[in-house]
Amino acid sequence: MEHNETAAKPTSLWQLFSAFMRIGAFTFGGGYAMLPMLERECVTKYGWVSKDELLDYFAIGQCTPGVIAVNTATFVGKKERGFWGALAATVGVVLPSFVIICVLTAVLANFAEIPAVKYALHGIRVCVGVLILNTVIKLVREKIKDWLGYLLYAAAFAVVVFLKVSPVFVVIAAALIGIVRGFITRRAGREGK
Amino acid sequence: MKLYLTLIFEFFKIGLFAAGGGLATLPFLNALADKYPWLTSDMIGQMVALSESTPGPLGINMATYAGYMAGYNTFGSPLLGVTTAFTATASLVAPSFIVILIVSRVLDRYKSSLIVNDAFSGLRPAVAGLIAAAAWSVIGTTLFNFTASVFGQKFLLPEIILFAALMLVTNLKPLKKLHPLVFIAFSAAAGIAIGYTVGW
Repeated sequence: MEHNETAAKPTSLWQLFSAFMRIGAFTFGGGYAMLPMLERECVTKYGWVSKDELLDYFAIGQCTPGVIAVNTATFVGKKERGFWGALAATVGVVLPSFVIICVLTAVLANFAEIPAVKYALHGIRVCVGVLILNTVIKLVREKIKDWLGYLLYAAAFAVVVFLKVSPVFVVIAAALIGIVRGFITRRAGREGK
Repeated sequence: MKLYLTLIFEFFKIGLFAAGGGLATLPFLNALADKYPWLTSDMIGQMVALSESTPGPLGINMATYAGYMAGYNTFGSPLLGVTTAFTATASLVAPSFIVILIVSRVLDRYKSSLIVNDAFSGLRPAVAGLIAAAAWSVIGTTLFNFTASVFGQKFLLPEIILFAALMLVTNLKPLKKLHPLVFIAFSAAAGIAIGYTVGW
């Protein structure tokens, strides 16, 4: 385990703002594509949240209004520094988009048509796939421990990919299954005594 | 002034009702194009192309674009376009910001509750499955070109080679710890190099 010296000091608003600005400026594809960047900045680098918490935020973000990137920024900022932390992180993740879109729309409206831009994006998209795949492999290895976990993982994947079920239903169903499982194991534990 | 109020109202509404983010806002923006003169369906096409070609959350990119166009087409000034872009973007973000602050407070209060912990114990593997589904769709569209080819020719070998190379490089012991943006920058450069030499 690497120790980071920032863990001892309280997080500054600037750290929250700048970390989320990096995330906003280098995430292509949005949504889950930003997980590798989020994990790097918020889990590995600063230790603001655990991987479990990041997954929890994603689950909640799936069911609450708004963009997942923004929801996660608000969550992490709030957890670290309350309201102002939430504001700093949220402004940070939005700012690069805002500046880039305003500038490009004003001076270079056909940005997306430039061959070099298309080529670069083509490469980036391959890379985004690689980064998400690596993150999924690590998550499954570290976070899924029992047969029910594997079942939920496989079922969530299958119903979204093959049956095009909305992720909102997957989240609700998985939460209910978790509650029922907890209820059954506790009851079994009590009767065992 | 009326335009600003319209933007606040419309984008707050989109922010409140478009759950799931990104492309979920697109139908709402199409409705705006039907309703107002400052956004047309031609612009929607350009908006999506630009938003997908630039970094950042898709929903934010699109709101900034639509907001900018609203001000620019109404007042004819790029500077006022920036002010309307800000209005639209801030209004889109506001509902989710407020909702998350509330959810975060509720979550703090029930953090030690058994039921909440049980629910999350079921959620985490399922969310990992959702992320795997996202990986599937990104990899599927880039490597196997489920969508129509943008570049005229369909030649998948470069994608598969770059994918394999990146898969190897990102898992090599000495390089594993590098920041993801190093790999993103590298693959952008590789993308340009391949595009101008062998072609994608």
